[in-house]
Amino acid sequence: MLTTLIAPTAGTAEVAGFDVTRDRAAVRRSIGYVGQGNAAGHQYRGRDELIGQARAHGLSRGDARARTEELLAAFDLTEHADRPVSQLSGGQRRRLDVAIGLVQEPAVLFLDEPSTGLDPQNRVNLQEQVRRLNAELGTTIVLTTHYLEEADALAGRVIVIDHGRVIADDTAAALKSALGDLVSLGFGSSADAHAAAARADRIPGAHVTVTDAGVTVRAPFGRDAAPGLVADLAAAGTPVTRMEVVGPTLDDVFLNLTGRSLRESKGEAA
Amino acid sequence: MTIEITSARDTAPATASVRRTAVASAPVGIVADIRNVFVRELMPVLRNPASVLFAMVQPLVFLALFAPLLPDTGTGSALQWFVPGIVSMTALMSASFTGANLSEEIISGSFERLLVSPVRRSALMIGKSLREMVPLVLQTLVIVVAVAPFAFDVHLAGIVGGILLLVPFSVGLGALSLALAVAAKDQAWVFWTVQQTAIFPLLLLAGVLLPLDGAPDWLQLMADLNPLHYIVDAERALFAGDYPVDTIAGGVTGSVVVGVLGLWVGVRAMNRAS
Repeated sequence: MLTTLIAPTAGTAEVAGFDVTRDRAAVRRSIGYVGQGNAAGHQYRGRDELIGQARAHGLSRGDARARTEELLAAFDLTEHADRPVSQLSGGQRRRLDVAIGLVQEPAVLFLDEPSTGLDPQNRVNLQEQVRRLNAELGTTIVLTTHYLEEADALAGRVIVIDHGRVIADDTAAALKSALGDLVSLGFGSSADAHAAAARADRIPGAHVTVTDAGVTVRAPFGRDAAPGLVADLAAAGTPVTRMEVVGPTLDDVFLNLTGRSLRESKGEAA
Repeated sequence: MTIEITSARDTAPATASVRRTAVASAPVGIVADIRNVFVRELMPVLRNPASVLFAMVQPLVFLALFAPLLPDTGTGSALQWFVPGIVSMTALMSASFTGANLSEEIISGSFERLLVSPVRRSALMIGKSLREMVPLVLQTLVIVVAVAPFAFDVHLAGIVGGILLLVPFSVGLGALSLALAVAAKDQAWVFWTVQQTAIFPLLLLAGVLLPLDGAPDWLQLMADLNPLHYIVDAERALFAGDYPVDTIAGGVTGSVVVGVLGLWVGVRAMNRAS
């Protein structure tokens, strides 16, 4: 939708200051797009496709050639530039896709699940390129991914979209700390566990569950609150026998958010 | 819901270290747009010219095996009558194949990249269709050279006019073929089935292979509704060096109608492509 491929059914959106329905041509000039498929036709040569894309963006013949050689060099593709794209390896094709997306030095670059099908080395390379683009040219990068570690590592702003609705929009750090750490405590008896649960409930923002002789507490800054809680519980005669603190991942954030929204939609249906 | 994505460039200073060539996307005129698409489409052939040699020979084979069966008509030689028909048939075939390569490009992803690029939808279709005319022009030259020693009068102006007459028709039919490929998506068999089903009635009802003079009324009526019929009649006049205004006007009308209709359908199909 933001790349003008699909018209929105409702609402408005602006990319680089241009409306995606009223000013499509300007949006298309402003964005680079790396889709899930390959940008270069398989019967074509990488160099020809880069020059063609540059010409489509209105670069003169000379500039298109110069820009093409720069990009080929930057993505380590110069020696593969005159082979048919169908003969390139997956990693080489992906680098060519990104190079084509960057031909006119776009203000906004869309990367649609760019690391799907890449081996770990190429994935790290790609992440490095993305970081450099953002740091050196100030390119805004919109990255969609199912690898949430990738979003965590790269993104300054994480938006979670579920069934077409934005359900979260913040930095990865803020999203994670809002969900909080998971503190698991073990006790000598089930009675101890229930007594402890009542006490743990006093931690601000805590979400407490009791299982047999155990208590799990999900709370913002849970790792900071845990030592105090353990000391309190020992003083109250319900000593902790085992403890584990796990920091939240974006996966947890995602599951928590989408799980909640699933429950909400069930509630609406009922 | 409103999502706004603003450029970080407004706030972050751009460092010049990575860039040496000054690049900025600028609007491209429609003619340059068409030329860019045309040049891109031609690239695989330019890089591998041997791939078109077979296409060059095809109409010759057809001509060699079919023309001897035709009796000379009262008005002229069989070749004089048959060659313009073969040229029209070749245009019909190559234009209707325009979409064939698109399935591959849809599956690989390069078509999506073009849809997001600033290239106009109409330029995509016109450029791709015009590229299909390149072999047609070469094939026509090969045919004319091959038949010139026999009972065939070469009228150069008429041949050039005949090829120009086929341009709107080829663009329109090419656009329809692309629309069909877009609708068929990754199911290539849908494309081929529809294309084959459409091609033969068009061909037979245009009087390309056999004259329609003795046709029953219902067949005559269907032929009268076929734009290619008027184009073929005009081609025959042009190749013979005759320029009867009504026949040529009929051919031009038929060609332009297909061109406009095809582009209109094609652009709509592409806008709904994804």
